[in-house]
Amino acid sequence: MSTHYDAIILGAGPAGFTAGIYLARSKRRVLIIDQSTAGGQPIFTHKIANYPGLPEVHGYELAFALKKQAQDFGCDLETNVEITSMELTGPVKRVELDGEDVYEAPSLIVATGGMPRSLGIGSEEDFKARGISYCATCDGDFYTDKDIVVVGGGNTALEEAVSLTRYARSVTILHVLNEFQAFPQAVEEARANPKIRFIMEAEVTAFEGDERLGRVRYLDHASGEEVVLETDGVFIFIGYVPNTAPFASTLDLSPRGEILADEDMATNVAGVYVAGDVRQKRYRQLTTAVADGTIAALATIEYLDRQAANRTSNQSQSQAPIDSQDHAPTLT
Amino acid sequence: MLQTNLTHIENELDLQTALEGNDNVMVTCGRMGPMCIPVYDIMEGLEKKYEDVAFRDMAFDSPIATTVKGLPDARLLSSLPFIVYYKNGQVTKVTGGIQTKKQVKENLDELRQK
Repeated sequence: MSTHYDAIILGAGPAGFTAGIYLARSKRRVLIIDQSTAGGQPIFTHKIANYPGLPEVHGYELAFALKKQAQDFGCDLETNVEITSMELTGPVKRVELDGEDVYEAPSLIVATGGMPRSLGIGSEEDFKARGISYCATCDGDFYTDKDIVVVGGGNTALEEAVSLTRYARSVTILHVLNEFQAFPQAVEEARANPKIRFIMEAEVTAFEGDERLGRVRYLDHASGEEVVLETDGVFIFIGYVPNTAPFASTLDLSPRGEILADEDMATNVAGVYVAGDVRQKRYRQLTTAVADGTIAALATIEYLDRQAANRTSNQSQSQAPIDSQDHAPTLT
Repeated sequence: MLQTNLTHIENELDLQTALEGNDNVMVTCGRMGPMCIPVYDIMEGLEKKYEDVAFRDMAFDSPIATTVKGLPDARLLSSLPFIVYYKNGQVTKVTGGIQTKKQVKENLDELRQK
């Protein structure tokens, strides 16, 4: 595999693959890197029903289709690798993988997405895989005929709560606010399900149990009292935090840690663009990630063309006779 | 059978052969699901770097998976995949749920040093 590319894309989710597809179709040499497996958030989504043109598709099917499409257009892919160092500020961007291979490109797109937000309670770590889960599709059947809790109030929490009623005897949704952030359809569907009950203004404070999780402790903000809820398992869906830690010293970030960019997805560093959930924006959807990827790729192509034009101009100036060089137009 | 490029354990004989023929064995017992696929990918990527470790997968819903599900450390687990590390035929570690490449490498390095 070559080590020099026209563009390096960090993140093999919908935004990264879309950017890769557009760049590769314009005959640019593209490397897509992901520290995990290819696919991004769709891999963790049971079914996607709001992607235009695809009435209903399994998340992993869409993820695999994106990967295949990008590779068929010629994108190289490196997954499950560790980015051990990065240089973004110079005219050549460098990314070192696993402390061994160094890849270079004049442009780079950050599409690293986010990772599931944790509650930040020490006991959460103690019961991971022993009663605390983050994937209804994967672990739902461990809770057949059990009483479980879902923590969260967004689309994922409500949709996965409904999906978990296929297995569980009861699902209790604990949400810290007094209203849901999910779309009305998701709220309606959850409210119509007789297996689901709702506890609002409930802030989880601890997970307890012996070898396995047995109880959730939460603060009832309405009464100010702490309540203990017996449960067989807890699924946590409280959103995502942007994967921007490696860029904190280089790229401008919002107070929430998201990368700031203009409408062309350009960051504060020349040649570095951003796309998808890692960018500061209001709406995070599959469709917005794909749109970001498209814009970032088109802006990158324009950037690469400008760089090439500048190089050509500089070369012709250096080769031209002195009198004509004096009158050469300046390219900006 | 799982759709991976790993060697599958489909019956008692496969497991016995893996354990008797290798000092270090890593078995991931799972499905073709979102938390399992990344681990299979990691294993495939590490096979060349850890030549002294035998990497195997096992379908969670196959009869042979009872050998993993029945392990004392696995009975408490409720997140796929179940990953079992064996040294000289003996279980040394069991984990549940998705693992990062870094976590898998740490466990493999620990296994090699035992």
